[in-house]
Amino acid sequence: MMNFLYGIWDSFYFSFFEAQRWKFYLGGLKNTLFMSVVACIIGVVIGLVLAILKVSANSLSKPRGRRTLGGWLIRVGSGFADLYTTVIRGTPLLVQLLILYYGVFKTAPKEYAMWVAGLSFGINSGAYVCEIIRAGIQSIDRGQTEAGRSLGLNARQTMQLVVLPQAVKNILPTIFNEFITLLKETSVAGYIALTDLTRAGDVVRSRVWTITPLVISGLIYLILVILLTKVQGVLERRLGASDRRL
Amino acid sequence: MIDVCNLSKAFGDHLVLDGINERIEKGEKVVIVGPSGSGKSTFLRCLNLLEQPTGGEIFFEGQNITDPKTNINLIRRKMGMVFQQFNLFPHLTVKKNITLAPVTLGICSQQEADEKAMALLERIGLVEKANAYPRQLSGGQQQRIAIVRALAMNPDVMLFDEPTSALDPEMVGEVLEVMKELAQDGMTMVVVTHEMGFAREVATRVLFMDEGKIKEQAPPGEFFNNPQHPRLKEFLNKVL
Repeated sequence: MMNFLYGIWDSFYFSFFEAQRWKFYLGGLKNTLFMSVVACIIGVVIGLVLAILKVSANSLSKPRGRRTLGGWLIRVGSGFADLYTTVIRGTPLLVQLLILYYGVFKTAPKEYAMWVAGLSFGINSGAYVCEIIRAGIQSIDRGQTEAGRSLGLNARQTMQLVVLPQAVKNILPTIFNEFITLLKETSVAGYIALTDLTRAGDVVRSRVWTITPLVISGLIYLILVILLTKVQGVLERRLGASDRRL
Repeated sequence: MIDVCNLSKAFGDHLVLDGINERIEKGEKVVIVGPSGSGKSTFLRCLNLLEQPTGGEIFFEGQNITDPKTNINLIRRKMGMVFQQFNLFPHLTVKKNITLAPVTLGICSQQEADEKAMALLERIGLVEKANAYPRQLSGGQQQRIAIVRALAMNPDVMLFDEPTSALDPEMVGEVLEVMKELAQDGMTMVVVTHEMGFAREVATRVLFMDEGKIKEQAPPGEFFNNPQHPRLKEFLNKVL
């Protein structure tokens, strides 16, 4: 039994501390976090805009809203949003990344590869975030919008001050699910020769010839996900203040 | 104050309002009664364009509000509305519910709005609930707060859409009491309700709606004691 544990420790020491290999994981971790944060921000911005377009198109009053320029723009935007979510959700992330890297940004300098990857993951995530936010907004009772509008607030003010703050509470659990998925999906960045956390583990594996480096990478992902889950818990408790009864 | 000309509303093939003509003067308390599905709520919701009419015109204080060029948001500031389901904003405290619209629309500062909110809460005896959240309150308390939330905009007319229908029976009284006080203060009111006692006591005029039309209207005494239309007689027999 002790021999077994010593064996594990030796393997871990060899894969992590020997030859300062931990710096390699750290570099990979940094890249993974960088791409995740960039993708997360881009994804939320894209998702929010598309979701609001979709919801607004559904609630345009007829026939009044049809004739105005704003109504027309919303309809075109909503059509684009539908196309976007269909195409992005209908094709693999890796294919999108390769097309963006070898196609659209073919001429971009290699040091921007990380940005291209972040952008690609963000574009992908945006489609999922859009559906999450749309569902969250539509889960809020129509009466809330009607109450806001009946007080003289315009559509934007009602969305911003009445509907969205309530929708956030419903959106939170699912959107953290999406962030967790996103964090782990950045592991395909290795395909465009970026050294993310997964790639770092795999490179060390090819030196030490055990699977221990991959287990180490996996554990780091696990810790990150647990941290994210903790953040989610704190946010949910804070937003729950108005739910508590006396 | 409100002029309705040949108003109609159809949901698909279903005609809910069928060419309604009506005039509501300043200071009137108009109570609308009728069987469910008669179009009375739809009629009320058309008055502030929560429902978009499919035909006809509505004038409010001389302005054609069904004209697409009219800024309906400015009109709605003058028309308070109270809903069957209260529709308080659950993520905001009672005080914030009341001050949100006046402050957001730049009608007064947060401090002025707060003072006004406290004065209104004082009036309905709920000052101590200023910092509570709607879910911590009873239905009756929520509905009274929904009424003062609308009053905080200083509306010229108040529209009530079955304000007591979602309440437990013992809470109906407290809400009707607030509405009666409002009526005594001279507010113009249009009320859709099943509370015949309220109609009898407070209304200056009672309208009976059926099949998308106003079938009969009269002051409450005449309306209840001497109904003419056979549908109204039948309706009153059932509810009284």
